[in-house]
Amino acid sequence: MTMDASSGAGAPPELVQLLTPEGERVEHPDYDIDLTPEEIRSLYRDLVLVRRVDLEAVALQRQGELGIWASLLGQEAAQIGSGRALTDADMAFPTYREHGVAWCRDVDPVKLLGLFRGVNHGGWDPKEHNFHLYTIVIGSQTLHAVGYAMGIQRDDASAATIVYFGDGATSQGDVNESFIWASVFNAPIVFFCQNNQWAISEPLEKQTRIPLYRRASGFGFPGIRVDGNDVFACLAVTRKALEAARTGQGPTLIEAYTYRMGAHTTTDDPTRYRVASELEAWKLKDPIERVKAYLFRNEQADQAFFDAIDAEADQLGADLRRRCLAMPDPEPLDIFDHVYREPHPLIDRERAEFAAYLEGFEK
Amino acid sequence: MTILSLSKALNEGMRKAMEDDPKVLIMGEDVGKLGGVFRVTDGLQKDFGEDRVIDTPLAESGIIGTAIGLALRGYRPVCEIQFDGFVFPAADQIITQLAKMPMRSLGAIKLPVVVRIPCGGGIGAVEHHSESPEAYFTHTAGLRVVACSNPADAYTMIQQAIRSDDPVLFFEPKRRYWEKADVDTTATDWWPPLHAAKVVRPGADATLLAYGPMVKTCLEAATAAEDDGRSLEVIDLRSLNPLDEPVVMESARRTGRVVVVHEAPVNSGFGAELAARITEQCFYHLESPVLRAGGFSTPYPPSKLEEHYLPDLDRVLDAVDRAFGY
Repeated sequence: MTMDASSGAGAPPELVQLLTPEGERVEHPDYDIDLTPEEIRSLYRDLVLVRRVDLEAVALQRQGELGIWASLLGQEAAQIGSGRALTDADMAFPTYREHGVAWCRDVDPVKLLGLFRGVNHGGWDPKEHNFHLYTIVIGSQTLHAVGYAMGIQRDDASAATIVYFGDGATSQGDVNESFIWASVFNAPIVFFCQNNQWAISEPLEKQTRIPLYRRASGFGFPGIRVDGNDVFACLAVTRKALEAARTGQGPTLIEAYTYRMGAHTTTDDPTRYRVASELEAWKLKDPIERVKAYLFRNEQADQAFFDAIDAEADQLGADLRRRCLAMPDPEPLDIFDHVYREPHPLIDRERAEFAAYLEGFEK
Repeated sequence: MTILSLSKALNEGMRKAMEDDPKVLIMGEDVGKLGGVFRVTDGLQKDFGEDRVIDTPLAESGIIGTAIGLALRGYRPVCEIQFDGFVFPAADQIITQLAKMPMRSLGAIKLPVVVRIPCGGGIGAVEHHSESPEAYFTHTAGLRVVACSNPADAYTMIQQAIRSDDPVLFFEPKRRYWEKADVDTTATDWWPPLHAAKVVRPGADATLLAYGPMVKTCLEAATAAEDDGRSLEVIDLRSLNPLDEPVVMESARRTGRVVVVHEAPVNSGFGAELAARITEQCFYHLESPVLRAGGFSTPYPPSKLEEHYLPDLDRVLDAVDRAFGY
């Protein structure tokens, strides 16, 4: 099968971009945004800090302190831009790679590590942060997010839901069902697809023949493709989509066109399926460098600012490492906790029997 | 006392639950104007509105997945899966999300979701409309699995299931939907706990364990066995997870003979779990192995054959005879 470039999944994107890879500000008729120098410096800080958290986690995995880690490298702008568009009342449903969004929702980075270290399956209270737990099964959370959005409707609340998923997830039945539900019920939800071009080893063309954002039209709501490495554009586009959701205009699909610069997870080896030149090309579109260039060029930050952020990042990394190592292992009997909220005689008996069994070794 | 069919008893139970708690929602295919293909939700949308009785798109995973989201927002969704054989598209959301999310959250999340599933055969239906998939779900930690067998239990158990803060799979014996009985809808002091088994006919010589549609069959078998001079005890398990073990084990020790009866295939069916547990806990009291009467290890047959597939009075008595042969 052949496809011409204009119809293919990798066709030149009709892309919303507000900041070029070279750090030049560009205008867009529908999606402009006014950012103060302080706001831009704050976005830059977030981008650098979450990259540092990610780097530290990769190192911790390499040293055997984490069983696995799913790196967000390259996707910082998509996550910080969309994450910073959320209000406190909005609810976010992540995949397992949304460390940047977690940062925006004030989830302590060390709490992200529990799952990857094997001490728990999820270590924060979703209600405390309006940030749901990481979902590992691909695409399942899209339905939870739509259901939550239907709850917002019934509460008559001024809030929206955002759900994150990747390009691979768009092939899942649940994701397509969630599009249908959201459309039929006009749910206040933003579907934020980070198209990072790869689903482990499978390139985008294994998932789709058309650009992903265009799928939305078939479901009856708007789809928009944004430069996922442009934090300004991601913020602007997400903010507008969330506001549309909050004001009864229903769902939007945002395709953040980005690139997974690292491996799928620390157990993956991208050299088996993609060429190095591809990564080199995307490095020129790095989400952090363009903000730095913009700040420099417009004299909105000096070297002392960048040095201070780097120092803060190093401290954050060291702190994360120390607290990861200090994370207590769970106790054997924790296996039985939280399986049910109400009394369950079988669980109670198995806990008691296992406790007695363990005590047998101590005699 | 009011005389209610099993389906009407469920309907009244849900109506009461919706009146008691504005967070209770009904979701499913055709549950609104039509009132469900078995009319179990008849009239509820008219009285509670489309926001609380939601006709959903035709996608079972979507029903359970969005119900989870609504529960995360504080609602108590009661989902109808139209027929037993259609639960499998939702199995992923039930098993990987509904059952596990509360533990994943270290207790921060509760998911009070009820999944109603009309189950079992005996109505002359086409393929996928007569199955008994309960054992797939009793195997999944995090779910509660119950089955009602009569109108009074239907009325109380559906309300208790809706009130539970744990997810509950609620199996309804579809061939019994039209059977009627007295139900006291005015008092609650007679309600047994949701997970309590019930001795529905005391006996001395052997115990029949059943749930859902087979309880009535076992009661009929016990009546017939009287002619052979055998006194059969019949226990309606009502709850499969958790299982009311004390009631089961006390009876097994007393009678020494146990026959488990269910429509589901015997192979790896819930009867296997019962047989193992009874053997572990009552070994020295047993006069015979725990025997099972159930569906064959085949897919559910075309309806012209279902009378041969389903355990009936004779098949139950045959198993009882075998139990006395040891």
